[in-house]
Amino acid sequence: MTRSVIELTVTAEDRRVAWLATAAVGLSLVDAAIPSPLPGVKPGLANIVTLVVLARYGWGTAVWVSALRVLAGSLLLGFFLAPGFFLSLTGTTLSLLTLGLARHLPKRWFGPVSLSILAAFAHIGGQLLLARVWLIPHDGVFLLTPVFAAAALVFGTINGLIAAKLLAEPAPSEVPNA
Amino acid sequence: MSWLPLIRPGDWLIMLLSAAAVGASIPVFWQGGLADRAIIRQEGKVFAEVDLKARKQFEVAGPLGTTLIAVEPGRARVVSDPSPRQYCVKQGWLMRPGEIAICAPNRVSVQIAGRTKVYDSISY
Repeated sequence: MTRSVIELTVTAEDRRVAWLATAAVGLSLVDAAIPSPLPGVKPGLANIVTLVVLARYGWGTAVWVSALRVLAGSLLLGFFLAPGFFLSLTGTTLSLLTLGLARHLPKRWFGPVSLSILAAFAHIGGQLLLARVWLIPHDGVFLLTPVFAAAALVFGTINGLIAAKLLAEPAPSEVPNA
Repeated sequence: MSWLPLIRPGDWLIMLLSAAAVGASIPVFWQGGLADRAIIRQEGKVFAEVDLKARKQFEVAGPLGTTLIAVEPGRARVVSDPSPRQYCVKQGWLMRPGEIAICAPNRVSVQIAGRTKVYDSISY
């Protein structure tokens, strides 16, 4: 009797995505451990990884890394398929779409800081819209918009600066091989 | 290496525009925060609806006596009330839409209303 063998070929790209997603998940956990004055106001450190990946490896890889991060992060933190998961997913989707458009801005003028701020706004915007449509169908949800927007600006700037700093250093030759 | 060179000219522009947008969003989303009317009720019926612009005083008669209500620009309060526990008086100035002081024993209430109707609580 022959055993059927399903062979999955793991490419270097797969390994890279896995490593980067791991880094992003790690930062998500750090994020969750930081006490927040208000649900929804979070540093969003994992976005640093997204920004670096976007600049180094392109948009497709950034989408993969982000999707894996949302999935694995929610499993580890125990909110997979809970409302928070969908908020996270919507925010990430919108910010990735925004990044997809914003990365075509002239590089000479707009760096990671711009991308980070725009992505942060898209992130919180998507979350607020989903919360309004689905979780709390009342305009009162928008009452805290200025606070969220201010937080997005501050954390977006900080994350963008960190990403810019990481990108200013020479790229690692290649991710460690298993 | 310092952080400043990491910010490109367009980044400053985005930061400025974002800050301006955040600033501009405050009056848009907090317009309910502008209280513009006080609704005074007696026995559940509207006794008076006043714009919170001028300084005015109202004397509302109830089963226990007279409740004195003061209206000032942007705020209103119950000055005195014959109710035994004085809850509505102790509430002090009401400034935000949706805020309400109820002098239940004397059946008088003052509520602040804004441009949009707000709820004091939402439950499911």
